[in-house]
Amino acid sequence: MDTIVSVLEDNDLLVAFAAVGVLMLVSGWMSRSLTRGRLHGSAIAIILGLALAGWGGATTGGEDGLADLAIFGGLGILGGSMLRDFAIVSTAYGVDLSVIRRSGATGVLSILLGVVVSFIVGAVVAAAFGYTDAESMATIGAGAATYIVGPVTGTAVGAGSDVIALSVAAGLVKSVVVMVATPMIAPLIRLNNPKAAMAFGGLMGTTSGVAGGLAATDERLVPYGAMTATFFTGVGCLLGPSVLYVTLRALVG
Amino acid sequence: MVVYGVAALALCLLIGELIGEALGIAVGVDANVGGVGFAMILLVLVTDRLRRRGLFPESSERGVMFWSSMYIPIVVAMASTQNVAEALTGGPMAIVAGLAALVAAAALVPVLARIGPPDDPLPPREAGDDARLAGSARTKEA
Repeated sequence: MDTIVSVLEDNDLLVAFAAVGVLMLVSGWMSRSLTRGRLHGSAIAIILGLALAGWGGATTGGEDGLADLAIFGGLGILGGSMLRDFAIVSTAYGVDLSVIRRSGATGVLSILLGVVVSFIVGAVVAAAFGYTDAESMATIGAGAATYIVGPVTGTAVGAGSDVIALSVAAGLVKSVVVMVATPMIAPLIRLNNPKAAMAFGGLMGTTSGVAGGLAATDERLVPYGAMTATFFTGVGCLLGPSVLYVTLRALVG
Repeated sequence: MVVYGVAALALCLLIGELIGEALGIAVGVDANVGGVGFAMILLVLVTDRLRRRGLFPESSERGVMFWSSMYIPIVVAMASTQNVAEALTGGPMAIVAGLAALVAAAALVPVLARIGPPDDPLPPREAGDDARLAGSARTKEA
């Protein structure tokens, strides 16, 4: 038994390839047999992945989901930001640049609006739950943008560590729900063309959420959504602790 | 050789990340600003130019297409390593804030997509990997 475990741990990236392959196989089967193909296999695979991540995190108390179990450590490499970004960039191969140029205004506006709207909504929710000081409202608002913008803003404006932790949780909730809900809301928001995907990426901003959500909806939309989402966190870190916080402080005192 | 495609892809991402970091430093934020986006634009421009000169044959192309076809498995691995436990234990405020931000942003997608000339919906996709392969065939014709 120890020998088996140590072989698996030494080859954790290979375990990850095999594990993901099995997960996709099971998901494909579930898609065909349980949903008659209505819910795409990749959407099911992502939901199963998230469920396993929740289970892994709950059993180990770690931060990396299933990768906290030593034999599944390779999932952290396979699903880490380096290979994720590598795969995202590769999806751009063969993309028609004129489509992106044509949708430039939509893309830029979506990033700005996405940051501002998430910030306002998050700040209002914070206030509704009794966090009425400008620092906490700004931090939670920034967390509603992404879980990176939250702590960056919180640290810059001097928010408490409990509030910063809440802002990370808000960002994580958003990212997880975007992954799961995108295929379901796609028909409602007419998310079926490159331009809508660019607007979606810029408005949502969470790279992992958009990468997962669009993969589950229609893979061909991925490069367009990822293109705008990738600017969101930077813009959020720029606006959150500065313009948005100062405006908020002027409003709530 | 396949590795030329992989190397071109890696170089594009490395250069993109460097641009993103430099931009972050220039505007004074502690984050990478659009590194992946710049890498994507770079990949499209560079491979287009190489292809026109006949310097990016199908074997090189396969190095890029492999990673593109690994995209979904990588995203599934990413999903399985998310900090879902913390998202769930963040309490009602974190959940409401995250959900509300999603709903507000989603509602704006059709509004923003209306700017400028409308974009046609993509044709229905074929099952599984076929869509990707069809995508690559289309590229070659262009």
